[in-house]
Amino acid sequence: MSALLQIDRLGKRFGGFVALESIDLAVAAGERVGLIGPNGSGKSTLVNCIAGALRNESGSVTFDGKRLDGLAAHSRTRLGLARSFQLPKPFHSMTVAENLHVPALYTVNARHGQHLSHAEIDRRVEHVLTQVGLQEKANRRPRDLTQIEMRKLELARAMTADPKLLIADEAMAGLSHSEVDDILALLMRLNAQGVTVIMIEHIMRAVMTFSQRLVVLVAGRKIADGAPEDVVRNPEVVKAYIGE
Amino acid sequence: MPYIPTRYFCLIAAVITVAIAAASRLVTNDYFFFAGYVVLQYVVMSTAWNILGGYTGYVNFGTAGFFAIGAYTAVVLHKLFAPWLPVSIVAGGVLAGLVGLGMGYLTLRLRGVFFAIATLALAIVLQTLVTNWDFVGGSRGVYIIRPATGPFGHGYIEYLFLTMLVLSTISICVARAIEHSKLGYGLATIRDDELAAEASGVPTLKLKLIATMLSGALMGMCGAPLPYYVTYLDPSSGFNLAFAVNSIAMPLIGGTSSWLGPVIGALLLATIQQIATVTISSALNLLIVGVIMVGFVTVAPNGIIGLFERGGRARRRPAQKEAA
Repeated sequence: MSALLQIDRLGKRFGGFVALESIDLAVAAGERVGLIGPNGSGKSTLVNCIAGALRNESGSVTFDGKRLDGLAAHSRTRLGLARSFQLPKPFHSMTVAENLHVPALYTVNARHGQHLSHAEIDRRVEHVLTQVGLQEKANRRPRDLTQIEMRKLELARAMTADPKLLIADEAMAGLSHSEVDDILALLMRLNAQGVTVIMIEHIMRAVMTFSQRLVVLVAGRKIADGAPEDVVRNPEVVKAYIGE
Repeated sequence: MPYIPTRYFCLIAAVITVAIAAASRLVTNDYFFFAGYVVLQYVVMSTAWNILGGYTGYVNFGTAGFFAIGAYTAVVLHKLFAPWLPVSIVAGGVLAGLVGLGMGYLTLRLRGVFFAIATLALAIVLQTLVTNWDFVGGSRGVYIIRPATGPFGHGYIEYLFLTMLVLSTISICVARAIEHSKLGYGLATIRDDELAAEASGVPTLKLKLIATMLSGALMGMCGAPLPYYVTYLDPSSGFNLAFAVNSIAMPLIGGTSSWLGPVIGALLLATIQQIATVTISSALNLLIVGVIMVGFVTVAPNGIIGLFERGGRARRRPAQKEAA
């Protein structure tokens, strides 16, 4: 089976600092992949290179059979590659529902080469709001939301773009035990609907529950890639997390 | 307030414009037209500035540059074949729009203060070019003989006033149409968070270029009648810092979130300036702007419009088949 996302020898530098060094990664359609690593290991840089927020200096990213080199971030989103941000970035001047109108207008319309009617956009937005449990907050501003609601809004906006692949960048950071379960269930449901999910997370309980495959980055290098239970026993991974 | 579709809004604006034009026939004092022209000129400039600065969040300090492109385009055309004023206005708008597009392409990857400085630099570069261009009078300036009457038999100042009235209506309709369109939605996302906008599929660079071009074109159109108004144009008056300062201060005082803010700010501030010019001194103009700005930044940071919006203004969904 060909990979939905194929990364070959991806490299990224910031001046003299090597943020990513020759990363290879293949993610199959429908897969749930966990991406872990200590702070500064290059996880967010990798996401930014995949999503188009940063340009990689070497290597290539192929998504759904298309080379993404040089493609702007919005074009990648339109191809079906959505991401949420580690720090939520809502559109503060808009309501929760309007936040979701944006990807519906700019992504779904552009991808399908059609103009969705107001009713269709409303239905799509309402459906996503119901999925994430924010329907009661549809007309509220992001500043009125709690931490978990803000995280849900971040995911909901990515979901409204109708993605084939969703990259959730630390969507559970700062949440309580039950809130983590809530987001976990949401990502599981999304995956059950056919969306491939890459989850970047520090909460190991969530990572181990969610991931079918675990990838570990340390200092910009991939040091492990495999079944979660094998990866966490990998001596190099243990050393990276706990030390000698 | 009930939502009025853009086409009806423009129709109402046109009716009001005709009513003001008809009422102005009753005015016998030419000073009204002199002062009214300046007030309306600022309505156009601040509305144009707000398309990029307010809707998109990119602060443009180069207003005077775009404005002067319009003014000097009119001078060049006047010296070549003295066309009908609307021809100069369209030409000034097209040229300023193209310069806006070029400037946008070169500078829109910059953000915040870096973008603002780049726009200021553009105005300075343009001023230097004009100062060294003999055909338009160089640093000496150029005299334009204003016709005694306009094409419809009005006094020429009255004609300029009516022309600026029409330009105000056009700029307000353009701003209102953008605000409630898919383009307006996209520009608002850029202002809120550009990275998130891109991640939501918004083609930010394209939308910023459209905003820069439209904003520049309206400023250029606004500048084209200037040589006929002042009859003597030199670089220091065409590129006057007051244009840049006022076109930023007026939307900030009125409120940048909607088309109405710049209009209120321009009517208020420009009228106060005109009254101060006659009753006290024209040198006080920028002092007045400064004092009012300080007051608003302290008391009403979201401008006059912001005082009447509880919890922010609800956006309108964009038209279904909007371009961009």
